[in-house]
Amino acid sequence: MRIGPEEPCVPGFVSAYPSLAVQLPGATLPWLRRSRDEALERFAALGLPTTRDEDWKYTSVAAIARRVFRVDAASDVSDEVRAVVLLHVIEGTHRMVFVDGHFMPGLSQPAPLPTTLPQGARICSLAQAVEARVDDVESVFASADDAADGFTALNAAFWSDGAWIDLAAGVALEAPVHLLFVTTRSDSACFPRNLIRAGEGASATVIEHHVGPDGASYLSDTVTRIVLGRGARIAHTKLQQEGRKAFHIADVAAEQGRDSAFLSHALAFGGQLSRAAIATRLGAEGCDAKLAGLYVGSGRQHIDHHTCIDHASPRGTSRELYKGVLDEAARAVFNGRVIVRPDAQRSDALQSNRNLLLSEDAEVDTKPQLEIWADDVKCAHGATVGQLDADQLHYLRARGIAEGDARALLIRAFAADALAGIEHGPLRVRLESLLPGALPETV
Amino acid sequence: MLEIRNLHVTVDDKPILRGLDLEVRAGEVHAIMGPNGSGKSTLAYVLAGREGYVVTQGEIRYMGRDLLALAPEERAREGIFLAFQYPVEIPGVANVYLLKAALNAMRRHRGESELDAVDFLALVKGKLKLMDMDEALLYRAVNEGFSGGEKKRNEILQMAVLEPRLAILDETDSGLDIDALKVVANGVNAMRSPERAMILVTHYQRLLDYIRPDRVHVLALGRIALSGGPDLAQDLERRGYGWVEAEAQKRHAASAGGPG
Repeated sequence: MRIGPEEPCVPGFVSAYPSLAVQLPGATLPWLRRSRDEALERFAALGLPTTRDEDWKYTSVAAIARRVFRVDAASDVSDEVRAVVLLHVIEGTHRMVFVDGHFMPGLSQPAPLPTTLPQGARICSLAQAVEARVDDVESVFASADDAADGFTALNAAFWSDGAWIDLAAGVALEAPVHLLFVTTRSDSACFPRNLIRAGEGASATVIEHHVGPDGASYLSDTVTRIVLGRGARIAHTKLQQEGRKAFHIADVAAEQGRDSAFLSHALAFGGQLSRAAIATRLGAEGCDAKLAGLYVGSGRQHIDHHTCIDHASPRGTSRELYKGVLDEAARAVFNGRVIVRPDAQRSDALQSNRNLLLSEDAEVDTKPQLEIWADDVKCAHGATVGQLDADQLHYLRARGIAEGDARALLIRAFAADALAGIEHGPLRVRLESLLPGALPETV
Repeated sequence: MLEIRNLHVTVDDKPILRGLDLEVRAGEVHAIMGPNGSGKSTLAYVLAGREGYVVTQGEIRYMGRDLLALAPEERAREGIFLAFQYPVEIPGVANVYLLKAALNAMRRHRGESELDAVDFLALVKGKLKLMDMDEALLYRAVNEGFSGGEKKRNEILQMAVLEPRLAILDETDSGLDIDALKVVANGVNAMRSPERAMILVTHYQRLLDYIRPDRVHVLALGRIALSGGPDLAQDLERRGYGWVEAEAQKRHAASAGGPG
């Protein structure tokens, strides 16, 4: 079933809202309807960002603003979609599959999910959580700041589903939760929204995975909010493998409690235009944040990462390493903001962005942004842009390794430390297979 | 095995080798000596196929084939091995991975089956012992954080594993203390065989006390200015390179000023 809009992006979504809103999850819940209404108002006021906005200076979304997107209702799952899901399965995980923004229990594994989970772990679709009036969904929603820009506001108004992961104090999930978002149709717009909350001392790994066919041009506008209680630990891996014509705009934000640890990996491979904003706020004493990223682009792909690490409390530690491998006419943007607020004494922050350009037409704009308001801190940052090392390449070839294999080997060596923190073996193997070039099958 | 005729090589448009002739047969060990800047390392790089070294005249035949037509990796698979003067550090690539990838590339090229992990490790461990190296070095990144001596030993370890037909050792003795030099020399001597040829590029005669060459050549002004038996190296150690260079200069001036 096809539902509006019929005009280009901003006016289209605004005019389609009244008829769409009544069909979205939680339409009968006054608080949620109010939240969606307000979000739509913000969206109508903000519109989509332009390159006049400092945060979007190097990333133009004019191509999105011109397009007419539609919002699809859930439909039957075709064999083709089943095949796509099979292709992207990651072994040893709890899997939740969303197709065109809608939860598909039949494709999820194990089904029904909760039976294999430890007590105190609640994992279901966000629509289910809202409809079942699970306590506190409302408060987690309320704490989410969705006014940042037009895309987060648009998601808040139109979100169709996503994951609700709620861990009670002390609950440790051994297997990662794999959230697989599959978009199947050209011209469609999807608005996944995930809420993750870890109680005191709870821990989990969540893999947020976005895929779609190369031939389809669609918009995936995603929001993920993570709340970490005292001593909690969340590892969040965002794997972006959208189709090569897709637009992908993502916003991930974590709020860290005392002595909590947030480990983020942002891995971008697909899309014609993709942007990921990853932010964490070290909101209480003794937090630890590790942000790693890897972006791999070719053709005319545009890949943008904006990160923000906000040291708002004393004795926080943050480590950030983003790496890029760009071939052909690919373009990347890295903007890494580190804020150390006046009260955040004895903060310790390191940030590094390194880029490998494989062609003369590839380009990267890298901008570290340190804002330090406290005096007793340790902060350092650095950015590099370089090519493959000719001496290393020759050395490998002089040992009999073909040029293509030698290049692939050096690219893997370059990317290795950005992936080193990925703890789930099958995922790490998958990621290594996504790097350019095939390796000699020797080891 | 190797025939070099009238080889002219430029680097950044600057002539370095200017008419070099050299013939090396299987089973022979040749030492190439000469002062700094005489073109010794250039010869080593040209044989390995390093980019940026442009052959403007002459030819190199290896096993009857035109060596210059082969890519660096093809030369390696055909049995040419260069032990680098400055072995390159490759962070993120384990030493053991490089060894295995290199060995299996050779084996595939020769139509042999690839070695599995067990056979490969057994082979490498034997060679490690020969080079007096710690097994832990296998699992470190290639040459990363290795001492100068460890890097040179690692080169000879690779040579021992790959068993080349023609080994070129570029200043392998430089930066080695006497104990390390003996270990390296032992490794090289263990590999001498009637099927294998070696070219030792060195500035000093010291290495030749431990590896006795069949022929010694002195490079000056981009050519072989003088060739002789192993005793020539000791002559050079006593008299220095000055007189060889002076004579080469005279010959060069004479040929430049001559008719034609």
